[in-house]
Amino acid sequence: MAVRTLGWLAVLALVAGVATAFGYAPREVVQGNVQRIMYLHVPAVLTAYLAFGLVFLGSVGYLLTRRPGWDRLALAAAEPGVIFTGITIASGSIWGKPTWGTWWTWDARLTSTAVLFLVYVGYLLLRGMIDEPDRRARAAAVVGILGTANIPIVHFSVKWWRALHQPATILGPEPSPIAAPIALTLVVNWLAFTLLLLYLVAKRTEIARLEDLHAG
Amino acid sequence: MSAYMRRAWIVVWKDVLSERRSKESLNALVFFSILLLFVFQFALGPERARVEAALPGLLWLGFILAGLLAFGRTFLVERENDCWEGLVLSPGDKSAIYLGKLAGNVLLMAVVEAVLLVLFAVFFGLDFTGVLPALCLVLALGTLGLAAVGTLFGAITAQLRARELLFPVLLLPAVVPILLGAVSATQSVILGQPLAEAAAWLKLLAAADLIYLVVGVLTFEFVLEG
Repeated sequence: MAVRTLGWLAVLALVAGVATAFGYAPREVVQGNVQRIMYLHVPAVLTAYLAFGLVFLGSVGYLLTRRPGWDRLALAAAEPGVIFTGITIASGSIWGKPTWGTWWTWDARLTSTAVLFLVYVGYLLLRGMIDEPDRRARAAAVVGILGTANIPIVHFSVKWWRALHQPATILGPEPSPIAAPIALTLVVNWLAFTLLLLYLVAKRTEIARLEDLHAG
Repeated sequence: MSAYMRRAWIVVWKDVLSERRSKESLNALVFFSILLLFVFQFALGPERARVEAALPGLLWLGFILAGLLAFGRTFLVERENDCWEGLVLSPGDKSAIYLGKLAGNVLLMAVVEAVLLVLFAVFFGLDFTGVLPALCLVLALGTLGLAAVGTLFGAITAQLRARELLFPVLLLPAVVPILLGAVSATQSVILGQPLAEAAAWLKLLAAADLIYLVVGVLTFEFVLEG
């Protein structure tokens, strides 16, 4: 019941997110309407980071306790994490074409997001190749932990290697120069995506539990 | 020598001994390195300037390809004659086995890297002697990071059916920082710049090595259970 409520909350928040993104947020002066992609792009990447954080939590939890629930959490978070990273890359690509003039460039943040995507696709591939639940959970947990521990290292290595994408506006050290209506729209969409992630994780955990029950 | 170091040393000694007698990995890896040289030459053409411009990348491409073959085999020998069970049943902290295997891989890669460097120097007419100490430092830091992840993932994939496919798919994205750092630092060293120019990259490599080692040491016992 709680999961269903969470699902409906996510739907409501997403509707509010779309409404504010198209109805409330002002048309950007330089970029025009294409800037509205931001309300998908930024929440998607923040949500992906949250999802990978949950993968880390589930992985460590499993290795410490050996309770299958932690492994289900890691799986349930990794799948939407990969999807949200994919959405980030795809929406960024569509945004990049009209503003930077190219679909893809080997800029720091693009590259590190792509690396993150590949790491967790590998994680899911590994999971798909081991049948025995405890072995799968242990192997996946180790790869999940290394993947997350690697995020800052990947971030800095790629940042020093290439520095076109604007620096982080919201999570950066300076006070945010962003206009209030735009910031508010971002927050609404970010909340909506977070609710959606939580719903997906809760639902997927439940499905994984039923699968395990069924497999005996 | 503490018991922990002794256990790690025994693993290294056993692997070196069996490698010395069988020469299974080293012979094939050295031959593979020679083949790589041909592949690079054919891919880039005879122009020397192009080879020189691409040199740091080519070197590390060679190391990582050789590493993919070497690290993926780390634990395959243990699958025969119930050796794996022997490792699992061995007393004490299992991470000693990880460090032993890691040291063995670093040794093996050191030989392969030395061979590749000599081959590059001879066939492309390059001179590394002036920059050798600095180059060795970069190679050591880069190799340690590659081997730290490679040894851990090699243990994970050793028992899998599709390990030849999955091993590179897992390893390559994980070692992107090592590749970026090592290629950039090698570039700077080969150009004869002072080591301080590459300091940021060397620090990044050291930080990456440390993180991979810590994760490997802490998680290896869970991987070894098989």
